[in-house]
Amino acid sequence: MGLIMANPKIIVVGGGLAGLAAVIKIAEAGGNVDLFSIVPVKRSHSVCAQGGINAAKNLKGEGDTPLLHFDDTIYGGDFLANQPPVKAMCEAAPGIIDLLDRMGVPFNRTPEGLLDFRRFGGTLFNRTAFAGATTGQQLLYALDEQVRRYEAEGRVTKYEHWEFLSAVLDGNKTCRGICAMDLRTMEVRTFPADALIIATGGIGAIFGKSTNSVVCTGSAQSALYQQGCYYANAEFIQVHPTSIPGEDKLRLMSESARGEGGRVWVPKNKGDKRDWKSIPAAERFYFLEEWYPKYGNLVPRDVATRAIHRIVYEEGLGIDGQAMVYLDLTHIDRATLDRKLEGILEIYEKFVGDDPREVPMKIFPGMHYTMGGLWVDYKQATNIAGIYACGECDYSIHGANRLGANSLVSCINGGFIAGPEAVQYAKNASKSADAVPSSVFDAERKRQQDANTSLMSANGTENPFKIWRELGELMTKNVTVIRYNKNLKNTDAKLVELLDRFNHINMSDRSMWANTSFIFTRQLYNMLQLSRVIAQGAAMRDESRGAHYKPDFPDRDDKNWLKTTKAYFAADADEPRFEFEPVDVSLIPPRPRRYDAAK
Amino acid sequence: MAKTVIIKIKRQDSPKTQSRWEEFELTWKPGMNVISAMMEIAANPVTRSGKATTPIAYDSNCLEEVCGSCAMLINGRARMACSALVDKLEQPITLEPFSKFPVVRDLQVDRNVIFENLKRVKAWVPVDGTYDLGSGPRMSPKEQEETYPVSRCISCCCCMEACPQFNESTGFVGAATIAQVRLFNQHPTGAALKHERLQALMGDGGIQECGFAQNCVEVCPKDIPLTKAIADTGREVMKQAIKDFFRG
Repeated sequence: MGLIMANPKIIVVGGGLAGLAAVIKIAEAGGNVDLFSIVPVKRSHSVCAQGGINAAKNLKGEGDTPLLHFDDTIYGGDFLANQPPVKAMCEAAPGIIDLLDRMGVPFNRTPEGLLDFRRFGGTLFNRTAFAGATTGQQLLYALDEQVRRYEAEGRVTKYEHWEFLSAVLDGNKTCRGICAMDLRTMEVRTFPADALIIATGGIGAIFGKSTNSVVCTGSAQSALYQQGCYYANAEFIQVHPTSIPGEDKLRLMSESARGEGGRVWVPKNKGDKRDWKSIPAAERFYFLEEWYPKYGNLVPRDVATRAIHRIVYEEGLGIDGQAMVYLDLTHIDRATLDRKLEGILEIYEKFVGDDPREVPMKIFPGMHYTMGGLWVDYKQATNIAGIYACGECDYSIHGANRLGANSLVSCINGGFIAGPEAVQYAKNASKSADAVPSSVFDAERKRQQDANTSLMSANGTENPFKIWRELGELMTKNVTVIRYNKNLKNTDAKLVELLDRFNHINMSDRSMWANTSFIFTRQLYNMLQLSRVIAQGAAMRDESRGAHYKPDFPDRDDKNWLKTTKAYFAADADEPRFEFEPVDVSLIPPRPRRYDAAK
Repeated sequence: MAKTVIIKIKRQDSPKTQSRWEEFELTWKPGMNVISAMMEIAANPVTRSGKATTPIAYDSNCLEEVCGSCAMLINGRARMACSALVDKLEQPITLEPFSKFPVVRDLQVDRNVIFENLKRVKAWVPVDGTYDLGSGPRMSPKEQEETYPVSRCISCCCCMEACPQFNESTGFVGAATIAQVRLFNQHPTGAALKHERLQALMGDGGIQECGFAQNCVEVCPKDIPLTKAIADTGREVMKQAIKDFFRG
């Protein structure tokens, strides 16, 4: 038995919903937290979530239950998720909604003053609580405010504008803290901790343009993978069916637009040049409603995305021959739209210039979410002692495809588990991080400083931003909606080339103050390493399941592939290696997943 | 010749160095915004006169005008760079850092003051704990529709930059923080701290510094009814001050 530490020090990296949820639980349990974030935590990517958060509160008399929520989530994820933690999440969800309600989240209300719920994809129930069309923003703010309260009490210390570089591991491969860099002074420093929670979100930047925020590079996850953490199910990448193509990013058009009655269509006749208004109903092809009469426009995201791809690339029915389809809200009255969707309609208006209340929106699928992530057990612990992960950066809940409005609940639930588990671990540890010899910290700091010095003096000809563009185009083209083994293998070869070109980079900015391009270049290296895990994982999995679709292997293959992909980094070979582990399907036996009929 | 875009950017290497202007000429693309223009510069950091330079340092994150990161002065106006469409801006487009916050580098400024202010006015609902204590207070749709717009504040600080009273001599707290006081005082549980919040807005730098210039509501990217929040809160502060006075 180790000695019991009274007030363990926990480091949380990432200040989105998952990270903040963990911080609150730790502070409440009497622990002290150092919270690290690239941006002020209130500016984290969770603010972008629009449509809502799922919980089977059954306030609409539909007979909804957490078990039905559990079944929808497993079924929507095509049976790839281990079932016990998903069940636990669905059971915790109603309590999480209540807590957020008590924290002051301005959820939409029914006339009686109760929480209102709407429908989302992959379910037939009104299960999604929402705050206008900015639910993620409202949830993040509620948690941010509670963390600020603990900060005022001295339980939480924020390190904002700091970038996580690596974990500090001792000779036994136990985590003793982190190494991080101040994004302004560029100082590299180590921080001791009795346990570490990683809550660093998504990896959108690997695909160049995505619906993710700028900070979602996956750099932290990749650094940990290179230090020995397993990275699981990397090949499962969600492409959201409805995003607004843009020069700088793909802006999300929330599923709630369809949840409130939005209809997806294209002109029936190829090359129809008429204005949308002069195309009569009979000459419009509402393909989702026709192909999937039961779920209609609310089929899960992977199904809708592939349908739009088929319409555009196989049937050649994109609007004006372009890669776009209509998402139409014009049949819904203005007042309803303003009350329920104002935030997202405003985004379209601001960034495109058309009013979606008057004119159908033009949308196309965009990379949105990674189901894969750091491997964790049912307590959110990674395979490295002392390191936990929660939120989008962990792989545990969504299987092969995430259902809409399940991300916010999985973030908060994951943080609520990781926080207390990390405290428990730290309390039982045989020694505190303060008792670890300073040489352990010095060695990691030196490793990172040396990496910085060598990158800072890089004197080649390659521009890191150009390498990034190539990476994004490559990954989007070959490793998103439709996948062929030949292209995946070429992609990996190209990634090796990009890694080689990275060695011939030129740092046009060599200053040691707030050098944003230097920091980006560091992240780029980690993006390239993680890209190989995604591409190789996709190449290996010869089946189609959830978001992973191979025309050459169009069916789900439970006999060979009902298993979790686990990648680890072979440092000597500088590339990923793979293992597989069986999926825990002890609660719901796998059955075929189809949305053209009720399940 | 291809259509181009001219952008002039005020640059500064560090808080202590002098600022300078650099001019860029970029190939026009449909749907371009100020952020995508700066991404172009990063991929090819060369000025209009052909001089090699460095990528621009600026804060950004969501690029959907909901995180509050990319605030700057664009053609002299405080606004978010992600929603500044190039086609709707007069050229040359000028980009400058906020003038009332310390410059970190180029277009990055230190806006930590907003978060300190939120701490000072206890902008949170004091819940008992995170264990399952049942649902929150009932609220009518009308109440929700009143508070929701205020809770959409993204802490971008545009309202503070544009306010003539927000400067070192007044130490004015600014419209955004006052609106948050209003928001939390209206919440049934949040109101437990009403007294403390109002007291935090009294005295130097408090709500009485507001000169009703109304610039705040003019520049707010989220159309928050800031002047109404200030007027309502001002009355509450006044009532509280009188009560405090008689209580001695």
